[in-house]
Amino acid sequence: MSELKRRSIEVYNWFEQRLGLGAPVIEAAEHEVPANTASWWYVFGSAATVILVLQVMTGILLALVYAPTAGHAWNSLEFLDHNVKLGWFLRAMHGWGSDFMVAIVLIHMAQVFLFGAYKFPRELTWIIGVFLLLLTLGMAFTGQVLRFDQDAYWGLGIGASIVSRVPLIGAPLVGLMLGGPIIAGPTLSRFFTLHVFVIPGILLAMVGLHIWMVLRLGINDWPMPGRLVNRKTYVSEYHHLTEKTGIPFVPDAAWKDSLFAAAIMLAVMACALWFGPFGPTGQPDPTIIQTAPKPDFAFLWIYAVLAYLPPSLETPVLFIAPVLGIGAMLLLPLLSGEGEKHWSRRPVAVLMVAVIAVILGAFTRLGMYTPWSPVMNAWTSDPIPAAYLKDRTPLEREGALVLQNKQCRNCHSIGGAGGMRGPALDAVASKMTEDQIIRQVLQGGGNMPAYGNALNPSETTALVHFLTTLRGDDLSPAIDASQHLVSSSEQPAGPPKEH
Amino acid sequence: MTPSEQQIPPGAPLTEPANPESHKSAGHSRRVFLFKLSLLVNGAVGAVLAVPILGYLLGPALKKTSADNSWINLGPLADFPEGETRLVNFRNPVTTSWDGQTGDIPCWVRRISGNTFQVFAINCAHLGCPVRWFAQSQLFMCPCHGGAYYADGSRASGPPERGLFEYEYQVVSGSLVISAGKMPTLANQAKNESPLVQLEGATSTEAPLPKPRCSSCQS
Repeated sequence: MSELKRRSIEVYNWFEQRLGLGAPVIEAAEHEVPANTASWWYVFGSAATVILVLQVMTGILLALVYAPTAGHAWNSLEFLDHNVKLGWFLRAMHGWGSDFMVAIVLIHMAQVFLFGAYKFPRELTWIIGVFLLLLTLGMAFTGQVLRFDQDAYWGLGIGASIVSRVPLIGAPLVGLMLGGPIIAGPTLSRFFTLHVFVIPGILLAMVGLHIWMVLRLGINDWPMPGRLVNRKTYVSEYHHLTEKTGIPFVPDAAWKDSLFAAAIMLAVMACALWFGPFGPTGQPDPTIIQTAPKPDFAFLWIYAVLAYLPPSLETPVLFIAPVLGIGAMLLLPLLSGEGEKHWSRRPVAVLMVAVIAVILGAFTRLGMYTPWSPVMNAWTSDPIPAAYLKDRTPLEREGALVLQNKQCRNCHSIGGAGGMRGPALDAVASKMTEDQIIRQVLQGGGNMPAYGNALNPSETTALVHFLTTLRGDDLSPAIDASQHLVSSSEQPAGPPKEH
Repeated sequence: MTPSEQQIPPGAPLTEPANPESHKSAGHSRRVFLFKLSLLVNGAVGAVLAVPILGYLLGPALKKTSADNSWINLGPLADFPEGETRLVNFRNPVTTSWDGQTGDIPCWVRRISGNTFQVFAINCAHLGCPVRWFAQSQLFMCPCHGGAYYADGSRASGPPERGLFEYEYQVVSGSLVISAGKMPTLANQAKNESPLVQLEGATSTEAPLPKPRCSSCQS
């Protein structure tokens, strides 16, 4: 045994004499870090790196089978899912790995922000981190395109439409993005190149820089309230702290990183096994228009924001907001490179993280059920509750048919079923008088199209009569107060039903 | 150069001072000159190399918009009953053999009466999603963000800032022909394209009829 050990050391030394990498690597691994940084809060960066390695590995394995041409990509994904042994699992790992990576990069970013890690001398580490976030999102978007299905096709259409709004150079930019006049073969090839060569290359190089700087400048020490960062004294203070409380990163601090990385890998595998791969959804055939395209999870919030922006603000917001947001993140360490690091003394920072998290969460949630979209098949699939038809006149029942036939259900729900674009109609007559309903139906307004051209007078009459019966749980009908005043001198008061 | 050696000593400035000039090479002015000359040569070669690279890269962006459009036969007029709006598919004039189904483009053809048509792009004017026609309510609805358009393509509600994109059309020897080829976006609003010069006025005389490209026409 000791002979074997001696021989292995000899082999190691043979390589080490020529490579000279072992000693510096070991020294880097064992470098001293302040004891207070050996915390469970400091594990997200290494976890993101581990998932990046997973993504590279699974990505290479998928590329063994994937056919990056518009005509065959979708078929090759189906082939991967069903004909290649464990192909579905590799696709699932890559897909879930992507979601986990975006999530962990965001958590990592929030953590270093709240811990003031971006302050002197780690400004550039943060700035490169901002680019790493953008590159990670770039990988997520281009990866979604490579899953070349209906969502990818129309997602590219959304991307091209956004790019086309760039002033002056919109048209050439669309050409540059699509690689041709339409979304087709050259478009997929471009995104394949971006996803497989360009972005990963830049990403890996920047991760290298990022980690190099962490080693060179030392991991951010645990912030203490009142311990301010000062450009003149920080480096010596940090050095002093490391000398006083230093522990070797490997193994004293790194065991938490490695345990957390293992947990995350297990979580990715569990999700992959339990939920399986993402899609592909329908074929990327633009002539199949029965589709409701949606982006992947990381971009749902943008999808939701785009639904709520008023038309006049959309283009400015689309191009000014990202510039401001990214610019603010890049400038943050340069403008606030000194001072307090501890979150308890930085209420604005904590508030910002909370507000941004709530905003992203709320818009993502909205993006999951898209209340702004008409439900295209509601008019043929959702029934009118029987209670709304009981004891109704034939005219009113005819109105229910009109409501169904004219696709009102696509935007308005009744009995909890139907679209959410417009208000639910269950209690419409308790909020609007007959006159108001007629006006709204015929002229539209407030985000409702005018139906004057789509309804003949008898249909309108029937529809409005049906709608006036919808008063929720027998709420009192809406009353036109002014009409009541005018008519009260002539006849006894009552709901303004007859004209 | 190990990281621990690299750690900044107490009180040291963040940036190291520039390398002291090497006395060895500083003396050899001819070698320095030749090195600078070689940098210059490489710069020139790089600049020359950049021309084809940039040309290749920017090719799709610099292409003239109108060059992609050509006249496409959607089929005989009999395919389009008056007063109806129908979905018609055509093969894009510019495709590659590996485009697969993505080379097939749908559009909505509305025959108002006689030779008066409106041919709408499938792409919502908001963000390009496929709009669907609902004959009963006389509306186009978009599944993505809820844009809605009236039968004539004008904006009815929702986030679009304009009506549907319209292709230019002609009626040539009893067939409907549209000018298409490029995905319509706000930067390339299909209708503003100038038609190909050699086909102008094709309505008056019998012009060469393009072969039908649509999948729906029976001819």
